[in-house]
Amino acid sequence: MALPPKATAAAPPRLELRGITKRYPGVLANEGIDLAVRPGEIHALLGENGAGKSTLVKIIYGVVKADAGEMLWEGGPLGSHTPAQARHLGIGMVFQHFNLFDTLTVAENIALCIEGGGDLKALAGRIAEVSGRYGLPIDPLRHVHGLSVGERQRVEIVRCLLQDPKLLIMDEPTSVLTPLEVEKLFETLRRLAGEGCSILYISHKLDEIRELCQTATVLRGGRVSADCDPREETPKSLAEMMIGRELPVCRHSEPPEGGAERLVLDGLSLASDDPFGTDLMDIRLTVRAGEIVGIAGVAGNGQNALLAALSGERRAPPGQVRIGGRPAGHLGPRARRARGLAFVPEERLGRGAVPGMSLADNALLTGYQKGMVRHGLVRVERTRAYAERVVDAFKVVCAGSGSEARSLSGGNLQKFILGREILLEPSLLVLAYPTWGVDVGAAAQIRQAVIDLRDRGAGVLVVSEELEELFEISDRIAVIGKGRLSPAKRTRDTGVEEVGRWMAGMFAPALDEGPQDAA
Amino acid sequence: MSPEVETLVAILVATLRAGTPLVFAALGELVTEKSGVLNLGIEGMMLIGAVAGFIATVLTGSPFAGVVFAMLAGTLVSLLFGVLTLTLLTNQVATGLALTIFGIGLSAFVGLGYIGTPIQGLQPLAVPLLGDIPVLGLLLFRHDPLVYLSLVLLAAVAWFLARTRAGLVLRAVGESHEAAHAIGYPVIAIRYLAVMFGGAMSGLAGAYLSLVYTPQWTENMTAGRGWIALALVVFATWRPARVLLGAYLFGGITIVGLHIQAAGFEASSHLLAMLPYLATILVLVLISRDANRIRLNAPAALGKPFHPDA
Repeated sequence: MALPPKATAAAPPRLELRGITKRYPGVLANEGIDLAVRPGEIHALLGENGAGKSTLVKIIYGVVKADAGEMLWEGGPLGSHTPAQARHLGIGMVFQHFNLFDTLTVAENIALCIEGGGDLKALAGRIAEVSGRYGLPIDPLRHVHGLSVGERQRVEIVRCLLQDPKLLIMDEPTSVLTPLEVEKLFETLRRLAGEGCSILYISHKLDEIRELCQTATVLRGGRVSADCDPREETPKSLAEMMIGRELPVCRHSEPPEGGAERLVLDGLSLASDDPFGTDLMDIRLTVRAGEIVGIAGVAGNGQNALLAALSGERRAPPGQVRIGGRPAGHLGPRARRARGLAFVPEERLGRGAVPGMSLADNALLTGYQKGMVRHGLVRVERTRAYAERVVDAFKVVCAGSGSEARSLSGGNLQKFILGREILLEPSLLVLAYPTWGVDVGAAAQIRQAVIDLRDRGAGVLVVSEELEELFEISDRIAVIGKGRLSPAKRTRDTGVEEVGRWMAGMFAPALDEGPQDAA
Repeated sequence: MSPEVETLVAILVATLRAGTPLVFAALGELVTEKSGVLNLGIEGMMLIGAVAGFIATVLTGSPFAGVVFAMLAGTLVSLLFGVLTLTLLTNQVATGLALTIFGIGLSAFVGLGYIGTPIQGLQPLAVPLLGDIPVLGLLLFRHDPLVYLSLVLLAAVAWFLARTRAGLVLRAVGESHEAAHAIGYPVIAIRYLAVMFGGAMSGLAGAYLSLVYTPQWTENMTAGRGWIALALVVFATWRPARVLLGAYLFGGITIVGLHIQAAGFEASSHLLAMLPYLATILVLVLISRDANRIRLNAPAALGKPFHPDA
């Protein structure tokens, strides 16, 4: 790679932004952003969801055009450019939601990004060479749909590296990786930076940024709230820059022992209905009254099939799923809800709520068995009152119970959906990725509400990718990997390291709920 | 040649001819759909191609000019579809249906004065020497040039999609327009080209009907073949070779039905007319049950509108 040696401080920044502003209807995504990235520097862009990080990097990469402001590349002005021109200059980007084509092979995917990548055989050789040099093993001839998320990210990175980048933009790269994979990624990034490549690293994870980056630009509400050296900051001070106040902490007490069985999965096996999905194999787990069980794991390891089998969207043999002590595998969602199950799916719009319907109507969708319908007719007043109770109790920011679900921000809608289920006082609550895309303040509120429900005697099952969150709220943790479930260990008896190893596939599946659960 | 062999050869030859317009139309739609655009207007574009080709042949006396004109007309109509769906972002399904209705009406209106006008259609091409081989010569070397063209185009499309970089880009656009856009490919421009290719092929398919298959103009002469072509693409799971199979299956059953009637069997002509549609769909449904294969070959962005700033 023709990269310059260590640059001096006198050299112009590789990339400089001055007063970048971008407005969307109703939202100011970026306002007057200044930013400078020096050669060979790992520069963090820190901020909550919705702070404007993704918009800013899309502007840098040329996917989105800024309304105002200027960009300088190695001291020279960078006008309106396309992604192709950005790549030509040496800007590479690894997207948060990978820009890969599932049905194409690795080599084809990479060929699409590279000028003169027509000769796939020669390209496969170059891919093997670069992936070997940076410790990113991938097979160029495999189809992308068969790759794990970590492998897909490697494809994205190799795709950038083949273009000899001078600036590599990484948008939330670790949100889909196991702790081990994160370590390997950091090694690769440090090595790249050592060779003179600048890295713009976008994240909301404070620990990572303190470990990896030399400078940080913190965004809040679309503006730069601080520039700092993250190595000299504490997580607390960084969090304050990011959310403008202290990071809230949840109260959490020890669970009562020997509660009644709320949910038992007894050898649940289910073939995925998605040809690229993962089949469930012999899942065994017990969730008792008064405890929160977390299921960690990288997305795509069978979570979708598991959640569908829990909600009742997919049926299983009756005995493999027991709710409240009785076989329920053969029941549909409605019958399971009648037994006290409440379910919060991953997709908020579409599955959790109907986008075009009011909050009151959305409340009715799961609350109709609780007195909101009489003689087949909807009791409008009760429904509206219920929705308003949810809005009040969970501080949902909206224009009232008549506002459309789609008009709410992601975090507020999640609070509403969760509140709608929690106020039904279920005896078993199943949550999928409860705080995904939710800002830090709202996430803490959601976690506290779940813990409070547990304290009132419900059993809770949380499926999430956020290890920190699972460790914060779970009483026991299990890991799902390749469709198998590890034993559930008490949270205080395990740690991120062990769970990380499990996430990388190193565990013996639970054969039955052993003594560590009965304790 | 014994009479049985003669009948068989006649059926096979007629099968090729009956299947050819479907091959054209389905190939065009296949490329259009691979780019992520669903054009339900094939029937309309075929009719406009058929009437345009017919009128051009009447006016110039040259069926070749007719073929070229039909393709131009098909392209032009598809361009209208492109402007509506790709630039103005109208719903592709509704626009395609409207295009079919528009094509039926326009072709009937324009062709009104040409009903019953006799023309000299496109004549079969007898390959010297090879065409004189008994049986084989009739089967393979005495067709009209468009039959050969359809086979060449089929091979070309299959090669283009599987082997060329441009084909790779086209598939990528149909797979995920956001990703293709983020990488920097001109999604809309590529889709315009694919839609126009589909239009040209539909026009050609129409011309085959009005200049070769039954060299005359009658209102609504495509008789639902555009819809069959559409179904062929889906049931063939977007693979060119299977499109050919489905097209000839349809053609074959049509011809066999005609022979059954000619032989004087007691069968409802409506039932026989229905048979090819039914059989083609049935067979293709059976061979396309593998969900995995559909997922691998179906363009994931099919029918979804794309706006670069959204």
